[in-house]
Amino acid sequence: MRLGSCWQCEHPAENNLFCTYCNSLQRPMTDYFSFFGLPHKLRLDETELQKKFYQLSKLLHPDRYTRRAQRERDYSLEATAILNNGYRVLRDPVLRAEYVLREQGLENGEPRSAQVPPELLEEVFEWNMALEELRDGDASVLHQLQQARDTLRGMQRDLDGQLHSQFDAWDNSQDLAALGRIRGLLDKRKYVQNLVSEVEKALAA
Amino acid sequence: MGTFQIDFGNTRPQRIAGIDLGTTNSLIAYMDASAPKVIPGADGDPLVPSVVALAETGAIVVGNAAREALVTSPGRAIYSVKRLMGLGIDDVTEELKLFPFRVAGAGESVLKLSLGDKTYSPPEISAFILRQLKQNAESALGEEVRQAVITVPAYFNDAQRQATKDAGRIAGLEVLRLVNEPTAAALAYGLDKRKEGIVAVYDFGGGTFDISILKLQDGIFEVLATGGDTHLGGDDIDNLLLRIALEDIATEWGMDVSSKGGAVQLLRRAVIHAKHELSTLPVTSIAFDYSGRSYRRELTRELFDQLITPIIERTLSPCRQCLTDAGVTPEQIDEVVLVGGSTRIPLVRSAVERLFRAKPHTELDPDKVVALGAAIQAAILSGDVQDQLLLDVTPLSLGIETMGGLVSKLIHRNSTIPSSATEVFTTAVDGQANVLIHVLQGERELVKDCRSLARFDLKGIDPMPAGMARIEVRFLIDANGILNVSARDLRAGKEQSVEVKPSYGLTDEQVEGMILESIEKAEEDFQERQAREARVEADTILAAVEKARQNDAFYELEETERDQITRALNELLVVYHGDDHLLIRSKIDQLNHATMKLAENMMNTAVSQALKGTKI
Repeated sequence: MRLGSCWQCEHPAENNLFCTYCNSLQRPMTDYFSFFGLPHKLRLDETELQKKFYQLSKLLHPDRYTRRAQRERDYSLEATAILNNGYRVLRDPVLRAEYVLREQGLENGEPRSAQVPPELLEEVFEWNMALEELRDGDASVLHQLQQARDTLRGMQRDLDGQLHSQFDAWDNSQDLAALGRIRGLLDKRKYVQNLVSEVEKALAA
Repeated sequence: MGTFQIDFGNTRPQRIAGIDLGTTNSLIAYMDASAPKVIPGADGDPLVPSVVALAETGAIVVGNAAREALVTSPGRAIYSVKRLMGLGIDDVTEELKLFPFRVAGAGESVLKLSLGDKTYSPPEISAFILRQLKQNAESALGEEVRQAVITVPAYFNDAQRQATKDAGRIAGLEVLRLVNEPTAAALAYGLDKRKEGIVAVYDFGGGTFDISILKLQDGIFEVLATGGDTHLGGDDIDNLLLRIALEDIATEWGMDVSSKGGAVQLLRRAVIHAKHELSTLPVTSIAFDYSGRSYRRELTRELFDQLITPIIERTLSPCRQCLTDAGVTPEQIDEVVLVGGSTRIPLVRSAVERLFRAKPHTELDPDKVVALGAAIQAAILSGDVQDQLLLDVTPLSLGIETMGGLVSKLIHRNSTIPSSATEVFTTAVDGQANVLIHVLQGERELVKDCRSLARFDLKGIDPMPAGMARIEVRFLIDANGILNVSARDLRAGKEQSVEVKPSYGLTDEQVEGMILESIEKAEEDFQERQAREARVEADTILAAVEKARQNDAFYELEETERDQITRALNELLVVYHGDDHLLIRSKIDQLNHATMKLAENMMNTAVSQALKGTKI
């Protein structure tokens, strides 16, 4: 967080993007939710997010600072990079959840392995066999793989539903246990996602 | 009624020009009150062919004048240099097979082309074109043009963008922004429409192909995804037809003309002419006369379409990928905009229409629309246009080399720019003072399949045990799509020095050298031009005075007045052929002053005569 005073007029800083006294652009803060002026919640109104993104772009974009002081031009570049990165993260529920996990210290940024959901172990084994056979030119497994794709897509939808209810749980309680559950769901979802794209790729070929 | 004008000195903001630096043609435009306008050259043509030639006199000529040299002295002219921007010597071997250019100084680090007995890098050649455009604008606007927005293909990589920026600097222009061509085109279309919705821009020019999908809302032009091929364009169609014609001629005449530069250029012109005709006619012919022989070949549109289908196909797969990346279906595309001369080809139009299931827009001239958009972007930067804003993306992913020759991606393609990523680096050996970071651009997993961008050397790291150093490196792609790298030593809490070694293109020192060289040249040129302009002005007044001396009014003057006029006239004639434009102008002023009374008398006579002849 920024401390001290405005670089331009030395008015005490109040953690706003623009100095409340002289209106100069300040060195931007980095927390995405605060940056967008949104509550720290996982459930988020996407239309509102886009509206804020456009509004802030109009205020901060380097195109608006071509003829301003070098300092403001630098801040504009920095602020817009944060804005763009933030928009990319916040509008995607998975990236948004990962971001909150990191913010809350549940994540150190190292990539986690996508875990095989235990209830899927047996089927995954069979699907992998079928994928192998299809690659070897055996078309008789096509039907089985189509079914696998449908099953996996169904699981994805189910996982997304669960994720959303855990989002609500975290937003309402700020209970770290909910975030732990979200982390587990994300790992599972990633695994299913990888599997779906592999099956889809095989079917398309 | 007069009005008061208060001038506080340097208050009038500088005009920013918009430039389309194209493969085949280049244009310069500016924002006039409310609408963008393209500025024509001295020959009246707004399209300046992107051809640079070295005249026998040693002077550089650009545009239509240089185009003739392609045929008459092919070793002294260069065209389509845009295709060579930002490339290394190894990259161009394949490309140069199709061009009559010679690479100079093999073994040098920078690609240089021979032009007569001189050699120039592609940015220097482009700078000649930019200087011509700058001059055209300055003559038309009557003021110096120092700042510009230049357009580049959306799919240009970092080195190609940097090379374009370098060209601007060498030409004496401050390049305030590089804008992607399809985005500029969308801006030109959006200005008078103010539509909302999803727009696809299909930009098929002389040497490059781009596809961009944008969302228009609340004056924001948000690029959702972009794709393309920087080595695919009308040139490829020309080369295809040229190859066929050359083979034909070899069989018919028993003579290979492909080694004769002038003949090849003449034939190239003939096939281009046929290509243009087939945009409106069902059949045409390629006509070529050379050393007393003549070659004619009928070409139907049907056969032409068949021949170019593979080239058109190559534009369609980036389009499909772009739709997927943007997360939209063809049905969701509200408008399709066509840009670039190659979109005049009927087969291109129908292919685009089929793919996007929408009738493409062609209201604006596809050759001018990019320059018009550049002028609007220039007005956005100057603050003259405030209700619109472009949000563009980076076309290629940015990554760094990691263990085992793999690329770890830091900024993904289609990320809105400016965009940044940070990464913390450490040392592997005790007391290690340097860390070398290899930055790449591209979508593939392996270093060898991506484009090397630069190596960044983190220098002067404080000596400490291996793995203890903490250097945070920040990669930032700015609004021009160009990478900036900065580093901080987290332990010492200070800036870390970074030395950049670009893999392709020019170092800063090389660009500085070229700027100095071109400034000297520009000074000479500028002097020369000013003298020429002063002479033109002198011609006008000399002719007027000569005519006035035949007038009765001249003899009605006092003798001393007549003497004064004659003296001033002679003095002007004496300095006329010198190159001091200030002196010429002062003598013009003197002659103007001496003839003031004469002009007044003539005017009065003319008025009274006119009144006499008028019945009231």
